[in-house]
Amino acid sequence: MHPDLPALQIVVPLLSAPVCVLLRRPRLAWAVAMAATWFAFGNSIVILRHVLATGPISYALGGFPVPYGIELSIDSLNALVLVIVTGISAIVLIGSPRSLEREVPTERHYLVYTAYLLCMTGLLGMTITGDAFNIFVFLEISSLSSYSLISMGRTRRAVTSAFQYLVMGTIGGTFILLGIGLLYMVTGTLNLADMSQRLAMTGANRTVLVSLAFIVAGTSIKLAVFPLHIWLPNAYTFAPAIVTAFLAATATKVAFYILARFVYGVYGVQLAFGELRLDAVLLPLALLAMFVASTVAIFQRDVKRMLAYSSVAQVGYMLLGMSLANVDGLTGGIVHLFNHALIKSGLFLVMAVVLLSVGSTRLDDMRGLGRKLPLTMAAFVLGGLGLIGVPGTAGFVSKWYLILGALEDGLWPVAVLTLLSSLLAVVYVWRVIEVAYFQERPADAPEPEPAPASLLVPAWALLGASVWFGVFTSYSAGVAREAAEMLLGGGR
Amino acid sequence: MLGGPGLWNYWIVIILMMTGLYVVIAKGNLVKKMIGLNVFQVSVIMLYVCMGKVDGGTAPILADGFEVYSNPVPHVLMLTAIVVGVATTALGLSFVVRIHEAYGTIEEDEIQDLEGEV
Repeated sequence: MHPDLPALQIVVPLLSAPVCVLLRRPRLAWAVAMAATWFAFGNSIVILRHVLATGPISYALGGFPVPYGIELSIDSLNALVLVIVTGISAIVLIGSPRSLEREVPTERHYLVYTAYLLCMTGLLGMTITGDAFNIFVFLEISSLSSYSLISMGRTRRAVTSAFQYLVMGTIGGTFILLGIGLLYMVTGTLNLADMSQRLAMTGANRTVLVSLAFIVAGTSIKLAVFPLHIWLPNAYTFAPAIVTAFLAATATKVAFYILARFVYGVYGVQLAFGELRLDAVLLPLALLAMFVASTVAIFQRDVKRMLAYSSVAQVGYMLLGMSLANVDGLTGGIVHLFNHALIKSGLFLVMAVVLLSVGSTRLDDMRGLGRKLPLTMAAFVLGGLGLIGVPGTAGFVSKWYLILGALEDGLWPVAVLTLLSSLLAVVYVWRVIEVAYFQERPADAPEPEPAPASLLVPAWALLGASVWFGVFTSYSAGVAREAAEMLLGGGR
Repeated sequence: MLGGPGLWNYWIVIILMMTGLYVVIAKGNLVKKMIGLNVFQVSVIMLYVCMGKVDGGTAPILADGFEVYSNPVPHVLMLTAIVVGVATTALGLSFVVRIHEAYGTIEEDEIQDLEGEV
């Protein structure tokens, strides 16, 4: 592996973004964005293989020695997250020219690609860096570009949703900044590994407690943890279809990674769960998210919005894995991050196809669509089964580990509740299947346009991968397990 | 603590922060919300600047006769945070302009009424 690949992981997408602005032609800008994202995808795979083979990578940016300069630090956990973020970005981008045609004026396409690349840069930067302040900077890069991506939706509500997200996201980002500042007061360093060593010496005092509270609250807003999720359904519903498919699979996942990195990698299990009892907060919120958000999803009339609420519920499963704080539970949380990214971006791509061919994603407009768009709706069924967690799909693997983890802690009611909440997913997925397959298409409904291959193939690729990783779990769950063991083994 | 501010500067940070957060939550006017958000962000900038100050310390420039220096790192970090704040404000205000074009109002309750009709 070339020693500079970790830096190129963020530099290439960052520099490609202004190139898109200069080129302006939608096709050229798309080609540049494709080249950058696919390069980043290949690069992240090389890095992951290297990390798995030879252990963590530490890269001193600009050649400044590590605790003083900024460090890029990659271990099995963030190498996996890098692969997810770049992989989803690259695959979703394939069909975007076709999907954007309908939603964004052609002269603004290059801006979508620019913001898309910047958002990916921010997410990759948050993931790859080993410096606490860098996390804040990259968080804001990704947030600002995701607000502008969301505001490009075709209805005027896209702008109000983006504004709502901007207000909440800024409060969340500022909370994180505040938490990092308090940590710096206690430890005198910004390097995450350094911080964790010095925190282990100082132990819990009030400043550490307050910094943990701010960081958890701040990342929870970005992660859309249950009571802080109100920005998410609107943002996902009114954003352009491609943007939703991209953000749903990446933004919340990176926020989850940041939370896991701080809780396990910086504070450590002993401090966060032993002395500060973080699990007493996260576990009830996770269970509430699983039930309340799934129930709200059942009553949605727009399928895109239904999937958005389902995302809030799925965040609950990831959070459950984190709050269990044992190897099986944490493996479940991390592998669910991976699996849910595949399933949700696949499902939102299916929604992009439906929007193109029917003109809306409302449940009423999808009546009888099973016969008109057989491949599209079959993809939806496949993704729906994954959301429920049917054996043989990726969703089953993550729930299996979560239940194992809950039983290991002796929390059998939590295991039962996890199973019960899956039944709610059966209900909301079934509503779509019932409408699409068992209802007649109304006679006055316009004939749906054929599904474009450039969107259908990526959707099938993602959902097919989710089945692949449901059957052959050694790669996804294996890496997740290694990451969980590393996190529980006391930081990096 | 010879005439030093004691913990007063931190109290000011907290007052500013709560004022900003209150304005964001309580005010329906979107421009006022942006102002509240700005006050909120500025309070964190003040916190960082406070923590970098060393009592009796001078600017961190090497010179004869000065031994105590303030910590420059938090101050430098805040340059970045100020840039982030400016970018957020610019983007937020541009959204407000677009909302005004689309809805004809920037009052949150009136926007919600209009959305309810659609």
